[in-house]
Amino acid sequence: MRVVQFVVVLWLVATFTFALIRIIPGDPIDILLPTQKSNLQAKAKVKEVKEDLGLDKSIFTQYVNYLGDVVTGDLGKDYGSGRPVTDILKKALPVSLQLMLYAQILALAIAIPLGVFTAYRAGTRADRALNATAFGFLAMPNFVLGLLLSFIIGAELKWLPSVGYTPGWLDPIFDSSRTGNFGDHIQSMILPSLTLAVGQIAVYMRLLRSDMIATLQENFITMARSKGLSDRRILWRHALRPSSITLLTVAGLNVGTLIGGAVVVEVIFNMGGMGKAIVIELNEKQYVALQSLILVMAALFVLVNFLVDVLYAIVDPRIRHARAAH
Amino acid sequence: MTDARFAAEYEGPLLEVSDVKTYFETDRGLVRSVDGVSFTLERGKTIGIVGESGCGKTVLSRSIMGLLPRRGLVRQGSIRFEGNELIHLTPKEMRAYWGSQLAMIFQDPMTSLNPVMKIGKQITESIREHLDVDKDFAYELAENLLRSVRIPEPARRLREYPHQLSGGMRQRVCIAVALAAGPKLLFADEPTTALDVTVQAQVLDLMAQQQSERFMAMVLITHDLGVVAGRADEIAVMYAGRIVEKAPTSVLFRDMKMPYTQALLSSIPKLADESHVRLATIPGRPPDLVNPPKGCKFAPRCAYVQDRCKEEEPPLTPSTSPGHEFRCWFPVGTPEGEAALERNKQKGLRATEALVAADTVET
Ligand SMILES: Nc1ncnc2c1ncn2[C@@H]1O[C@H](COP(=O)(O)OP(=O)(O)O)[C@@H](O)[C@H]1O
Ligand SMILES: [Mg+2]
Repeated sequence: MRVVQFVVVLWLVATFTFALIRIIPGDPIDILLPTQKSNLQAKAKVKEVKEDLGLDKSIFTQYVNYLGDVVTGDLGKDYGSGRPVTDILKKALPVSLQLMLYAQILALAIAIPLGVFTAYRAGTRADRALNATAFGFLAMPNFVLGLLLSFIIGAELKWLPSVGYTPGWLDPIFDSSRTGNFGDHIQSMILPSLTLAVGQIAVYMRLLRSDMIATLQENFITMARSKGLSDRRILWRHALRPSSITLLTVAGLNVGTLIGGAVVVEVIFNMGGMGKAIVIELNEKQYVALQSLILVMAALFVLVNFLVDVLYAIVDPRIRHARAAH
Repeated sequence: MTDARFAAEYEGPLLEVSDVKTYFETDRGLVRSVDGVSFTLERGKTIGIVGESGCGKTVLSRSIMGLLPRRGLVRQGSIRFEGNELIHLTPKEMRAYWGSQLAMIFQDPMTSLNPVMKIGKQITESIREHLDVDKDFAYELAENLLRSVRIPEPARRLREYPHQLSGGMRQRVCIAVALAAGPKLLFADEPTTALDVTVQAQVLDLMAQQQSERFMAMVLITHDLGVVAGRADEIAVMYAGRIVEKAPTSVLFRDMKMPYTQALLSSIPKLADESHVRLATIPGRPPDLVNPPKGCKFAPRCAYVQDRCKEEEPPLTPSTSPGHEFRCWFPVGTPEGEAALERNKQKGLRATEALVAADTVET
């Protein structure tokens, strides 16, 4: 059932990106191959593009062929450099995936204890101070923060690399020709992940705080207190899980924001991720490659939210049993 | 001596509550939810606290337990448990009592268990908080506890979540949780109000049985005099945050003095009555606890009311039977009381006659 939903969403995204390149005014050939029209080599290229995109066939045939290509994993190529999109992805996707994963983990690792603490101490000076600080960071654009971190901690203090990327554990899985160095990888990822994470912290913290405050009014919390359990146990074992459904939902949806943020962060820290790849293809007006990259990001977004759906059932047994009953 | 472990030899009553007041600061003003309540409870005994909804029963029990949220809370008086004063203790200090000395069963078993935690975990965490036992042994104890509250297939239930159990079963689990660390005093706040009529008696009997087996004292709270009738040693009737009548159970039912108690009694749903409708509900509403009436708080709704009742609040006065106290100027069954009731009936009759007369004049 959920798999059907997943496929339908991806189909819609694919259709949308297909339509996009056909809607852009002008001949796709002129756009994709702007400078080389005269010589023989270029003629061959024009022919290749025409055949690849099926431009001489009906729009319907083009569409069916395109969907067939996507399903079989043929995502087209950059007609300027001649690189297939799958090659670009092999290198760029693990960079972005790791960046977003670390940023998400970092944001949650900071926001969850803060959310729990501010809910526990709601209305106190500590609560207000932490909220104000978190919102201060929320207001700071991530390119400003990224440049600051890169300049101060990287270039000036030299505690961490100011720019650049070292492959980690995921890169060799995508591209066997790459080797990772975990220590260097983590060092190269700290500042970019932090830059990307900071904006999320305030959002996650506030969400958890308000749900947690509501949970702490529940009868089962009074019951847990009447059992003589410690506050720590009540907060972490009793209150956190029932308060985390909204957080989980938003963390999933927020992958969209993270994708956007990753583009900026990858450019600032000069990391060869999806963001960087998208910027390159956009500059070169390589719309075929671009649409495939966007399709992959969209698939990623849908996939993450699909996983969030699975997580609901793990967090709340009532959801699990209700689903099993259907 | 605040450490409960060293107080085991204390000779006096288990619980002495004197002049406990519990107010809430709100935007509307000070809500006087409990306004000077006193009673004592001996080991192994049961006191029933009875009153309409909103009269302060829940606030009283949570105030004694120290479980109320502290913001805007005003709490005065004395609460002595085995001779130790509890009213000034912080929640951290109260943890020495919670679970192991004082325990509580709440009104709504649907919401008082954690929905995302297995039953077994919710019982064993309480056991392991108070007893130095390993996990396996705690689960064995939990299984025995579930068996003792007559839950079928206890081993399987331990692995289930609250939503997989019926209301009656959940309340049994709550009882098991409350009993887990062997408390000396159990508060049961309307433990059967949310349950089906058919399981109410089962759960109450079960509690009574556990109580006598464990020699545990109990504060049994209910809005239904019928619930405490055969089960409490003593009954305290509450109205508008104070005790208005208190007596050993048999005395109270034989010789109730407060018109409010009488009104409560006549509002008991009779099980034999097929429709389960209340025979009579008390007319009017309980008073506003921010601005209560000047005299007797029940005066605006009382069939016996006289001018004096509206001016002067009656003190808690002893009756002829030992342990029986009540707050009333014109008590039920006394010559003054009956005369007052008669006067009101005449007045009422005259008022009706006047209305009828006015009607006839108009038409
Ligand atoms: N936290 C609170 N703030 C303000 N008023 C409260 C609070 N808790 C209870 N009350 C008031 O105290 C009165 C007694 O409530 P409660 O003890 O729950 O009644 P009962 O349990 O007898 O039905 C009610 O009028 C209620 O509105
Ligand atoms: Mg109540």
